[in-house]
Amino acid sequence: MSPGARHLYLHLPFCAHRCGYCDFVTVVGRHSQHAEYVEALLAELELERGVLSAELETVFLGGGTPTFTEPEALERLLSSLPPANEVTVEANPETVTQELARMLRAQGVNRISLGVQSFRPHLLEVLDRVVQPDTVRRAFYHLRDAGFDNISFDLIYGIPGQAASDLDADLADALELGPEHLSCYELEAKPGTRFTHAHGDELERQAEAMESYFELVVERLTGAGYRWYETANFCRPSDRPGLGDLRSRHNLAYWLGRDYLGLGVGAVSTIAGRRWRNTPRLAAYMETLKRGTVPERELEPLSCDVLRRERVMLGLRLDEPLVLGDLARVVDDRAVSRLELLGLVRSDAGRQTLTLTRRGRFLGGGVTADLLT
Amino acid sequence: MTQDRIRNFSIIAHIDHGKSTLADRILELTNAVSSRDMREQVLDSMDLERERGITIKAQAVRVEWKGHQLNLIDTPGHVDFTYEVSRSLQACEGALLVVDAAQGTQAQTLANAYLAIENNLDIVPVVNKIDLPSADPDAVAREIADLIGDDPEHVLRISAKTGQGVEDVLDAIVERVPPPSGDLDAPARALIFDSSYDQYRGVVAFVRVVDGRFSTREPLRAMALGTRFEAEELGFFSPTRSATGTLEAGEVGYVITGLKDVSRLRVGDTITSERRPAAEPLPGYKDVKPMVFSGLFPTDSDAYPELRDALERLKLNDAALFYEPETSQALGFGFRCGFLGLLHMEIVRERLEREFDLDLIVTAPNVAYRVKPPSGEWKEVHTPSDMPNEVEEVEEPYIKASIIVPKEYVGAIMELNNDRRGNFDHMEYLSEQRVHLTYELPLAEIVLDYYDQLKSRTRGYASFDYDVIDFRPGKLVRVDVLVGGEPVDALSLVIHRDSAYDRGRLLVERLREEIPRQHFDVAIQAAIGARVIARETVKARRKDVLAKCYGGDISRKRKLLEKQKAGKKRMKQVGMVEVPQEAFLAVLNLNDEKKS
Repeated sequence: MSPGARHLYLHLPFCAHRCGYCDFVTVVGRHSQHAEYVEALLAELELERGVLSAELETVFLGGGTPTFTEPEALERLLSSLPPANEVTVEANPETVTQELARMLRAQGVNRISLGVQSFRPHLLEVLDRVVQPDTVRRAFYHLRDAGFDNISFDLIYGIPGQAASDLDADLADALELGPEHLSCYELEAKPGTRFTHAHGDELERQAEAMESYFELVVERLTGAGYRWYETANFCRPSDRPGLGDLRSRHNLAYWLGRDYLGLGVGAVSTIAGRRWRNTPRLAAYMETLKRGTVPERELEPLSCDVLRRERVMLGLRLDEPLVLGDLARVVDDRAVSRLELLGLVRSDAGRQTLTLTRRGRFLGGGVTADLLT
Repeated sequence: MTQDRIRNFSIIAHIDHGKSTLADRILELTNAVSSRDMREQVLDSMDLERERGITIKAQAVRVEWKGHQLNLIDTPGHVDFTYEVSRSLQACEGALLVVDAAQGTQAQTLANAYLAIENNLDIVPVVNKIDLPSADPDAVAREIADLIGDDPEHVLRISAKTGQGVEDVLDAIVERVPPPSGDLDAPARALIFDSSYDQYRGVVAFVRVVDGRFSTREPLRAMALGTRFEAEELGFFSPTRSATGTLEAGEVGYVITGLKDVSRLRVGDTITSERRPAAEPLPGYKDVKPMVFSGLFPTDSDAYPELRDALERLKLNDAALFYEPETSQALGFGFRCGFLGLLHMEIVRERLEREFDLDLIVTAPNVAYRVKPPSGEWKEVHTPSDMPNEVEEVEEPYIKASIIVPKEYVGAIMELNNDRRGNFDHMEYLSEQRVHLTYELPLAEIVLDYYDQLKSRTRGYASFDYDVIDFRPGKLVRVDVLVGGEPVDALSLVIHRDSAYDRGRLLVERLREEIPRQHFDVAIQAAIGARVIARETVKARRKDVLAKCYGGDISRKRKLLEKQKAGKKRMKQVGMVEVPQEAFLAVLNLNDEKKS
């Protein structure tokens, strides 16, 4: 294996409109700038080529709405990227046409992450999503028809007005389509956003309901045979011939503390103990890259101690044992014993590894806070 | 100066009735300081003293008026220091009783007036603030005259603010206050009525010489405690410090002792000369004992040495403060501190937090109990968790409470006192509008929130004073609190058996609100011995995890986790349960519900 980061993220910030609850770096419209932005991305890639490995494992195009990007610009980008084993593109159902699906496939994309969020029209409206439930199904089949055999759904729960029966129905609808992978997030309404302002009381009610919603999600999906491999992520087990591991290899890289390079506005990279975030300002980003210089960045040096803590924090989100090794020095031994006693943590005989029990995973935040010294 | 030219007096007044304004006017009129320079001059001299590192506060000021030496003796201004007030009064032959012409007599005025009468002081009644539009000098004069058994015509009417009538006050002191009548040839005796600590000069005693004469460099002895020392310097304040070389019968002044420990020279003790000691000390010395106790623990257990140093330093100037190390399973290392009363406790706590910058957990206050275990000796218990399970007899301190209220609140006061196990003692009308009530109450019933209740039930009109009278048997039980099956010593309380069930239930309910949900169900129980009298459960959390975590979120999620971790660190670990510090104060707020 050649040295360097083996995981590449590219941020495509453009959206048709901004959803009230979203806190990603997004830019509405600006069709005229899509092509120019893609050039900036490729310029940044050239500048950072040195930190990348010659062989990439994963590439991930996130947004924004990557599939809202002008098709020519998107195609140009995809055709210019280095090859990788897993190439994922995030897509909003309403943007997925037969042509787009074919183009993505032709450009080497082999995994699609579809922003479904919900199948209930009244909840989609609350989320400011323009999509209709049928649009999701159509997009899904366009992707299947184009040959995608690794499709992931994003679902959101805890939406204002959502009843437990709504969530149950969403899960059933998703399972009926049978994607290879599901990511289920609770709605995170940031204080001060117009969304929180509009739905304050209802969000509070949802916060209480969230406990049982999370349980419902895990119960339904594991009941349907999915593997709960990360706190919020589920995949089909790799028992179908030829498919192999259906976990998101790109996201696994984050959870395993691997180095990754992020390109684009607001994108974050972590390489060799340094983390940086690109400027979130589109104009400034494109301006500097046009001049051939790296964009303005916010740099966060990470000490060995912090890196170890992060690896514990992230590693305990997974269903596989966390191998401690040098991580043992940031783990409180007495806390391990106490949490074992409470049935929240399991460790092997020599305390070489740690795994959260099923209940421990529901309480993963607090348990991790307890475990760290 | 011969004794017949000396007058020693104090000013008795409720807070804000004009004591210090009157004192300032007296200093001005007697040319101790000129009115124009008064502030500057006094402050300048204090600055000068400060430069020399001396910070002795004048507790008595000597002035001259028409060929007489007047000594104005300051009295501590609050309820917990009744004994100190009584010693200051004992140093005088007379007192000015100052009452606000708009507000009339208050509980504190009464308490101190009675103390003055008990000490055989001649009282010069004064109605102050007659210039106020709302003043009713005649009505207030009648009230005072009734109180002290005098003629309303004898009551002086003044405005300390404008200076009106203040000369008459000085004349009245000369005319009505008798001169001291000590024996100049008898062995020397002086009463200590106050003391303070100066970091360079040691303990400074403020004294009233009763008999004989004291000189600089004379070897001296405090008779009750047996402390020996030398008079390094003798003198008086006028208002600047002035060393004199001698102090003799009838005079008031200070003695610099060089002693390094304020507790070795107690207020009320008698100083005599080692060369020719007096046979008998002056009467009335009491060893003042703390009655209210509370645990003080540093929020951050690393700050224990700082807390210990701070208490040591406070103790230098506060002989009444008591403390001993205490270890709590729940709160770690701290101190069990004893105070004269609630206000004293509040002052100490505030000084610790403000002057020494300490973050403290202060446990609910309790009183001193006298306990007799079966076939054992009587002993005093200062901490509820030290109360034995099996007791034959328990005694608790009782107070005499003196309350003055407008007559329409008498019912409210009676109801409150009945709730608090009070025994009605006496009621009288001070005027058509105002009533004076006295009750005997267990001290324990007032240490929590009695004063707040009193104020809220009388819209702030009640004034209140109390004095500890004796220990009396009580049907008291210890209620323990168990969190997750573990007893929490800092939450134990001793209460009357009849209210144990209600209090226990309220306490566990309050704790259920204060203790956050944990990874498991937490039982909160109140128990008397092995018998559980109340129980609540904090249900286990079912979810405590952040849903989303990808490349861009990692730093933010890590910071959230660190915050969560820091939050946990501020909690105290009781067995497996994390208990926030606020929970230990839950017992303080048990009566909140009754208020609303």
